[in-house]
Amino acid sequence: MSFLGFHRPDGQVGIRNHIGIISTVICANDVSLKIAQQIEGSVAFLHDQGCCQTPIDLNQVTKTLVNLGRNPNLAGVLLVSLGCESVLIEEIREKIALSGKPVKTLGIQKIGGMLPAIAEGCRIAQEMVIEASVIRRETFDDSHLSIGVKCGASDTTSGLISNPAAGAAFDLICDHGGTCVFGETTEFLGAEHILMRRAASPQVAEKIQKIVTRMEKRAEMMGVDMRGGQPTTGNIKGGLTTIEEKSLGAIVKGGTRPIRDVYEYGDQITEKGLFVMDSPGREPEFLTGIAATGVQLIIFSTGIGAPQGFPFVPVLKISGNPQTQRCLAGHIDKVIELPEKGTDSLAKAGQDLFEEIKAIASGKKTKAEVLGYGQFSNIFTVGPVI
Amino acid sequence: MIKKKAIVINSKDNVATALDDLKAGEVIQEEINSIKKNIKLNQDVPFGHKFSLKEIPSGSPVIKYGETIGTASMAIKTGDYVHIHNVKSNRGRGDIKGGVL
Repeated sequence: MSFLGFHRPDGQVGIRNHIGIISTVICANDVSLKIAQQIEGSVAFLHDQGCCQTPIDLNQVTKTLVNLGRNPNLAGVLLVSLGCESVLIEEIREKIALSGKPVKTLGIQKIGGMLPAIAEGCRIAQEMVIEASVIRRETFDDSHLSIGVKCGASDTTSGLISNPAAGAAFDLICDHGGTCVFGETTEFLGAEHILMRRAASPQVAEKIQKIVTRMEKRAEMMGVDMRGGQPTTGNIKGGLTTIEEKSLGAIVKGGTRPIRDVYEYGDQITEKGLFVMDSPGREPEFLTGIAATGVQLIIFSTGIGAPQGFPFVPVLKISGNPQTQRCLAGHIDKVIELPEKGTDSLAKAGQDLFEEIKAIASGKKTKAEVLGYGQFSNIFTVGPVI
Repeated sequence: MIKKKAIVINSKDNVATALDDLKAGEVIQEEINSIKKNIKLNQDVPFGHKFSLKEIPSGSPVIKYGETIGTASMAIKTGDYVHIHNVKSNRGRGDIKGGVL
């Protein structure tokens, strides 16, 4: 059992071969986007951070950008900065370059503004794309798979149908020696006792409790009932009454294997097995965080129908809601049927999804990739903009 | 094959999830712990939403997946539509615990 991927100098395996045009600060987004629009084979990562934040958040942004740059789906990286921001482009360049991949930089103020920056950025990106294009796909066994999971625009079908299927696929990937990552800490509230029972050690169980308490306190700080924010208006319309109900359905997507460790948002994960990344549930921040762990592909389980992907990590959309499957057929990659009790239909759904993951890993495109849906991302921060 | 109208996930549950748009007055047959029970719906229950399998007194836990998903904020009768109007969450309640802002 195997898939076709791209070998990277640090030993990781990519399933795409993009050149990443990464903004180091919000002020560089306009230039990064123009370069990526012009240069076939390059993709932009845009976000709203990088300046006028407390050092805690600046460090989180720096770490996340470094680990995004190290994601194996990128063959090379062009970092684009304005020049006066607090996040340091040279530090980011050096840390990504430790992975052995080519990393170039571009400063908008230094080069003379937007037009020269776009011209120079396009010239650099063009060269990098041609250089990367000679890398051939090779055969790798399934232990080289590193997969994330997310559920979004959830309704009750998520917890009943598509999340269990994602969990069954996760179990198979873990059993083949691969890496699986899930998160969305807000959606552990009311279900954390179940996850803690699955922790590989008492220390890991403690970490799960810690990130749940921390996330709940952040929500409670506002002095209101968080219902309406979590679960969202759409979740409630879809039949989810409380965060506890949403959580109990959400954690199923992480499968049933032991949770080996808990990582902070934006950390890189190079170990094998099942891991938790502390993260919020909102798509632009979550998808960025899980891409930074180094996953090659993200399974995205949706009820009502979330359309977005991510610039350089394919997002495989699955849904168990028959209406969504019909109305949003242009966004759903794989339909999941309600598992029948006492049958092996859930195991079959997991096996089918595992095969689809390997097809996409080997080059098959997802619907979000073809549509180009998912150009706008963000990085999760905890403090104020100051 | 007759399509199931609702699903009870765990035998401890006191609510079922509708697998179709169900109408007030409809009688739903559910088998819980091998005991067949007929439940007449008191209100419409949309696809994916919940109804009560038994009386749930105000202040008692509402149970799905065999776990507490919230607390009844009023008395819930057998066959009642169960959602945000009669269930409150026990988590993320800054309104009760008080915020810092």
